[in-house]
Amino acid sequence: MTTIHNATNLRITNYSEVSLWDKLLPAILIALTFTLIFSTLAFAQSPTPTDDDVNKIAKQLYCPVCESTPLDVCPTEACRQWREVIRTMLADGKSEAEIKQHFVTQYGVRVLNVPPNPWANYLVPGVAILLGTLMLVRGFQLWKRPLVAESASAGSKREAQPIQQDEYIQKMEEELRKRK
Amino acid sequence: MTESTPQRRGAPLWAQIIVWVFLVGLLVIVAMGLRRAQQGTVQPGQVIDNFKLTLFSGYEYEGKTEVTMNELRGNIVVINFWASWCKPCEQEATELQQAWEIYGPTGEVVFIGADYVDTEPEARVYLKKFGITFPNGPDLATKISQYFRIKGVPETYFIDREGVLQFVQVGPFASLQQFQSIIDPMLSN
Repeated sequence: MTTIHNATNLRITNYSEVSLWDKLLPAILIALTFTLIFSTLAFAQSPTPTDDDVNKIAKQLYCPVCESTPLDVCPTEACRQWREVIRTMLADGKSEAEIKQHFVTQYGVRVLNVPPNPWANYLVPGVAILLGTLMLVRGFQLWKRPLVAESASAGSKREAQPIQQDEYIQKMEEELRKRK
Repeated sequence: MTESTPQRRGAPLWAQIIVWVFLVGLLVIVAMGLRRAQQGTVQPGQVIDNFKLTLFSGYEYEGKTEVTMNELRGNIVVINFWASWCKPCEQEATELQQAWEIYGPTGEVVFIGADYVDTEPEARVYLKKFGITFPNGPDLATKISQYFRIKGVPETYFIDREGVLQFVQVGPFASLQQFQSIIDPMLSN
């Protein structure tokens, strides 16, 4: 009897411990589930883009209405709208390249502060300038060279010339003397 | 006694020609750039080349989402450049729609709105606000406005049935009568 009683007591004691755990377990599970759901949602939704995020892209774009004004500092209504477009696209998870491409498609390449293909854009004028410079340098060299060559080769001529001139003068003088 | 002066030799002719051609070419490029910068809009009398305008959903032309200048030949075409951020555009928006309601049903006049550097949501708000129903679309990559060399918005171009530009209105229209004074003579011709 005692044994039974003890056993019953023991069973009761064990039951009360399990019961407490059973009470806590659903609460913990619910809490964990909600935490998981909300954290997943938080990860699924991009955080709201800050002004800095927007301006990071906006400064790479130019307002075509007010020339030479970067979008991040442009005060016009059009630019405000554009910045909102950037913000919306960032919130939608669009990348910087995708946003810039959208603006190029909508408003043309001129909105970019750096051309999309810098090599092609810089190479052609660069080669043209290089060729032009080479041509000018070559032109000046050709103008200069004959003078240098002339002065170099004329050195011997100039030395010889006085002699030739002297001989000529001497002959002339002789002729004149004879006529006298 | 005459002292013979040393004869100065110039650069070869081909080199001189190349250098001068290069310099003249540079000047021509600079001059062309300046001329283009000083040029105004396309002038009346000029035949307008073909262009394509993609239209906003709900603002199609005869059910088509694109309209080209070539398919509009034979009609009088009124091209209006506007933007939702443009306050002067609002001054003429009502009259523009009224004119469309008068001339559109005749089938002889087509109004086309080209939305210049704008965002579609704002443009739609603007179109709805002023009850505009004629075909409208974004001037993608500003190709059409560059062709017309517009200086701002609003600007309106009136093209006759042969595709020749007849009149350019820079700035907003003041009244419906102003529209009529331009379109009526074009219709009677």
